[in-house]
Formats: sequence, structure tokens, C-alpha cells
Amino acid sequence: MKLVMLLVALFGLGSVQEAFSQGESLGFPKTVQAGSAFSVQLLGSGEGTLYIVGPGGALKRDVRFGEIWSFPAGSFSNAGHYVAFVTGSSSDGSSEFDVVPASKAADLSFLAKPSRLPVGLHNGITGAIYVFDDYHNLIAVPLPIQFELSNPSGSTQTRSAVTRYGSAWTEFDSTLQQGADKFLARAGDISSLRVIRQVPGDPCELKMSVARSGEKLQLVTQPVRDCSGNAVPDGTIITFTQTYHGAQSVVDVPLKRGIAEVQMPSHVGATISVASGVVLGNQIQWEK
Amino acid sequence: MRKGGVLAAVLFIATVALIMVGTIWPVPAAAAYAGAGSLSGSASTPEAAATNLGNEIRSQNWGKAYSGFANKAQFTEPEFVHDLTGSYQSLRTNATLNNFEVFPLHSDNNEAQVRMKFYWSTVVGTSVSTRDLQIVKSGDQWEPEWPIEKMAAVPPQVIPVNYLRWDVIYRGPGDDWGAQDVEEPHVRIIDMHPVERADGVVILGEILNEDVVPAYVSVNATLLSKSQTPIATEGSFDKISHLLLPKQVTPFFILFPGTSLSDVGSVRMTPFSTLIPASADPVIEVDNERLNPAPDASLTGQLINQSGRAVSVAHVLGTFYNKSGQVVWVADQYVDRALLPQTPVQFNIHIPEDLAKNISSQRTVVASYSFESAL
Repeated sequence: MKLVMLLVALFGLGSVQEAFSQGESLGFPKTVQAGSAFSVQLLGSGEGTLYIVGPGGALKRDVRFGEIWSFPAGSFSNAGHYVAFVTGSSSDGSSEFDVVPASKAADLSFLAKPSRLPVGLHNGITGAIYVFDDYHNLIAVPLPIQFELSNPSGSTQTRSAVTRYGSAWTEFDSTLQQGADKFLARAGDISSLRVIRQVPGDPCELKMSVARSGEKLQLVTQPVRDCSGNAVPDGTIITFTQTYHGAQSVVDVPLKRGIAEVQMPSHVGATISVASGVVLGNQIQWEK
Repeated sequence: MRKGGVLAAVLFIATVALIMVGTIWPVPAAAAYAGAGSLSGSASTPEAAATNLGNEIRSQNWGKAYSGFANKAQFTEPEFVHDLTGSYQSLRTNATLNNFEVFPLHSDNNEAQVRMKFYWSTVVGTSVSTRDLQIVKSGDQWEPEWPIEKMAAVPPQVIPVNYLRWDVIYRGPGDDWGAQDVEEPHVRIIDMHPVERADGVVILGEILNEDVVPAYVSVNATLLSKSQTPIATEGSFDKISHLLLPKQVTPFFILFPGTSLSDVGSVRMTPFSTLIPASADPVIEVDNERLNPAPDASLTGQLINQSGRAVSVAHVLGTFYNKSGQVVWVADQYVDRALLPQTPVQFNIHIPEDLAKNISSQRTVVASYSFESAL
């Protein structure tokens, strides 16, 4: 229904502009702030009908020329170009005016990407912001924006930007510490918060130890950490490989409580190695 | 219109006539499969005895097959049936014997040895199993001895399992535009190699889940001509382990039937990943893997389920490398037996003989699926 009204309004706007382009001015202000009240004194005498056509709808009023007509707050909330025209017994006329967004930010759309990334990634976090007024009109005038990225330990990175045609963006490096970082964008007293989960990178210095456990070997890694010292999350796959006498045994073990452990058959002279993804750990020759 | 009516009438009468002929005078095989008869003939030779056994297994006439064994005192009929179909849910449970072959190995006046090769139709394709049978003479007839493989029984027990599990909650329909959603898993193709085979171009490679969450992955590839126009697009289908836990690597195999590498200018790879609820359980050990040289080049080994849940379907994918570490082949096998906790199950992956001599190492991953919950 709204779409139909919009199409009717736009179609009407084109026709009206053509019909009244040579008409008499009605005395509307050149610009009106979205949602604000204003008044107009229609010049002339007698009675007629006032039409105002703009984005999102059209308005029709029976008017008496020479009187002051007031439009209450909220009458024109959609920013854009409007055309007003009157038809009446004494005179026809038209006027054009623009409804502009309010200059005070009332709402922010904040796109923060990605929601999850490894630690220590240069310019890995991006944030783009779109600033809107109370009536969700994009504020095209430049506005100062503050971006803040703070990690759970309390350290904060900040960036300042100025909107251009209603938007601004920034980039941050992910920090070296894992955790849920708060990514805040602020325009005046309005702010929007996103959470960026910084996760550990690849395991670093992967080390395991081997001990006999009855007939089998007990393979256990040291607590697995990335190169920044963050504990690699549980569930990460650690691959143990044992090569012996032309044969091989392999098992993929998920980390549990920070370590991976498994029992494998014991073979004298076996070479045992550990890896995770494309990261290789230490290698042990089992001679006992 | 009139000719069409006549044709319809002729077809109808012919169909009715054929149905009547088939019902009144059925061929023996059809009658046997319908349960109205038996394909078994006289077991006057070892091969005939083995053929009779194969026919009874194919028609799932377990009682008749069992009654014909010379060694039936060693096992019960249910044990024989479980030997063929499995005690736990597996690929074999709902499989049917499509075909079998009998190969005489040795024979004298009183006993013979034959090899029976069974071709089972399963939901993932044909599964082949082989049994060597002793056939003994009893009077003027030959009777097979079934080489029963009794499955190890898992004692009733409670196995505590505390592996990690991941669940996913996506952005809801009521969330505002610009609200965050969960990030799709980051995966990376770490190796890719096109090779030309008799049936077309094959893209071999490996893909890594470099994220900290599980990923459902698949890989598509598009062959581009030298003028960069697409020749064909194919996917890895089941020649990949679709579920990748964090830092896990799977091989993939994409076949382009009827294409030639000489026509290919470049290859466009499209990895796909999405979040998936998953569990870090079960852990399956691949033990005693061996590369067996040609003839019958293969990778053999055994799977040992180290968890508490019976695995219904295990899909073993082998990646084979040459001396410089380049992927030269990817092959797979579905294991048609359930993997019970700590119970080894053999696998055997065939390797093309012309490639076997180039293979110097391998890596194996196992994808698994369970029909039922923990034991």
C-alpha cells in the first residue's frame, strides 16, 4: 500500500512540476527540517485547495487565501524534495521546498565485521556507521564519530572520523589477547555497541610427551597455546602419528581442558609426531 | 485417434497376457526371490554347493543356508545372520546381496576350498566382501563350512563422555538491520593438484578448517578453457569429509568425466563452508596402516573407535603423497560394519596400480555417522 502511495506521489510530483512550473510562488520556506512545525501565509484571496506532494505521500487541504496555515511537528518527516500547489477561483500557484534531515543524530546503524577473528590480525576489524535522525533520514551533513575498541582487560583503542554523506568507517588491528572485545561507535550522545570475538591463532610450539601405560603408550601434549600465549580452544584437533616398521597409526584427538591425550599401541623404534592443521610439533623416537 | 485406441488396446492385452504367463510359469530365479521356490540345485560339486549358498544368501533364505552348512554345530543361525548383516546398525543392516562370484582355490576328492566374493548393495554404493570357504564331501553331495566371524561383544557398561559440543544460534528475524550475525567458519584450500586419468580430469586437494568452530565444507571446481570460458563445474560430493572440526584437514576429489587436461587453461576453486552443530566425539584411531604395493595396490589398516558410541557408518579417506609431498591421489572406502568401542574393524582402500609406485606416504581421515545414541 505504501509503495503504491509512493509511486502515485512520485508520478504526481512529475506532472505537477510540469503543470505549475510557470505558476506564482506560494511563499513556502526553501528548506524545512524534518519533523519540525512551520507555517505559511498563502497569498491571494478567496478559497482553494492546497496539494503538497513529496517522497512517501501527498497531502490535500481546503484553504482560504490570505490566512496563515500551520503545519504541526511531524507533518513532514521524510527528507526530500516537495512540491506545493494550489488551485482556486482567484489564482493558481506552486512552490517547491526541501525537507532536510535534522542535524542531530538519533539512530546509528553500525556494521562491524567480522564477529570472530584471530588475534594479531592487521586491520582485521572494520566498522562502518550510518547516521540517522529521529525519522530515520540519513544525515548527510558531516558529523564527528568516535570509534572505540576495548578488550576485556580494559585497554582501549580509539579512532575519530567524520561522516561523509551520512557514513563513516574505520579499521582496527585485532589485539594479541583473546576475548570478547567491545566495539563502540558514538555520534554525539548516541552510541551503538557490537561484540568482536578475538580467538587464538594457530598453535605455537606444539609439544607432546610419551609415557608407557601398560601395553600402550600414553601421548599427552603440553597445554596448547598460540604464539601470543592464548590457550587454544577445546575441540581443536591435534593429530598424533606413529610410524613404525613400514606401518603407521594416526589419531585425531580434540583438545580437552587445553591438552590432547590419547593411548596408542607401543612399537619399539617408532617415530611419534604431533601436528595441528598445518602446524607441526615435536617428534619423539620411542626406543624403550 | 482411432489408431491410438487400437494401440492402447493391444498394449493392454499384451501386458495382461505377459503378467499371466509370468504368474503361471515363472522363471526359477523370480520364483525364488518371491519366496515361492529355491534356486538351489544339486550340490554335486564344490562350486555348485558354493553357488547354492550364494543364492540362499541373496534371497535371504537364512534357514536354508544355515541348514546346509557342514559346521553348523559351531554356531547358531542368528550368529550366522549377524555375521552377514551385523548386530548393530550399519551399512550392511539394510544391504542386499546383489551378486556373488565363486573362485575355486583348491580341490581333492573329499574337500575343496573356494573364495566367495559378495557384492552388497548399500545406500552408498556397492560394498564388496570376500570369504574363503571349506567345502567338504558328505555322501554324494558337497556341503560348505561357513567361516564364522563372531563379532566381539561389548559388555553392558556406562561410559562417561564429556567431549565438547558446539551449537549455533543465528541472527533472528526480529534483529535490526546492521546487527551482527555469527561469522561463517574460515576454511582454506592448502593443496590442489589437477591430474588426468582415463575417465577425465581429476582435481585433488586438501582443505583446512583454520577456525575455532566446526565447519560443514564442500568444494566446487570449474574448469576454464585457455580463453577463460567455463568448460564444466563439478563438486566433491562424498569424496570429502564434510564435517571439519577446528584445525582438521580433509582431502577432496573432484572428477570431471570426459574432459582432457590439454583443454584446460585454469581451474577456479570454490570452497564452501557453513557453521554446523557438531560434537568432538567420536575419536577414531587409524591403526596399523600399510601401503601395499602392486599388484592389488592398497592401503590397509584398522579402525578403532575410542569413544563410547557405536559408529554406524565410517568413511575412510586416504590422501596419498609423492616423495616431494604433493598429493597424487585421493581414495576412499565406506566401512560396512559398525564400529563398536575399542573393537578393531579392517579397511582396505584400493590404489590405482599406475600410481602406486609414486606414492611414498599417506594420511588418513575418518568421517563417521551414528544412527543411534551411546551404547
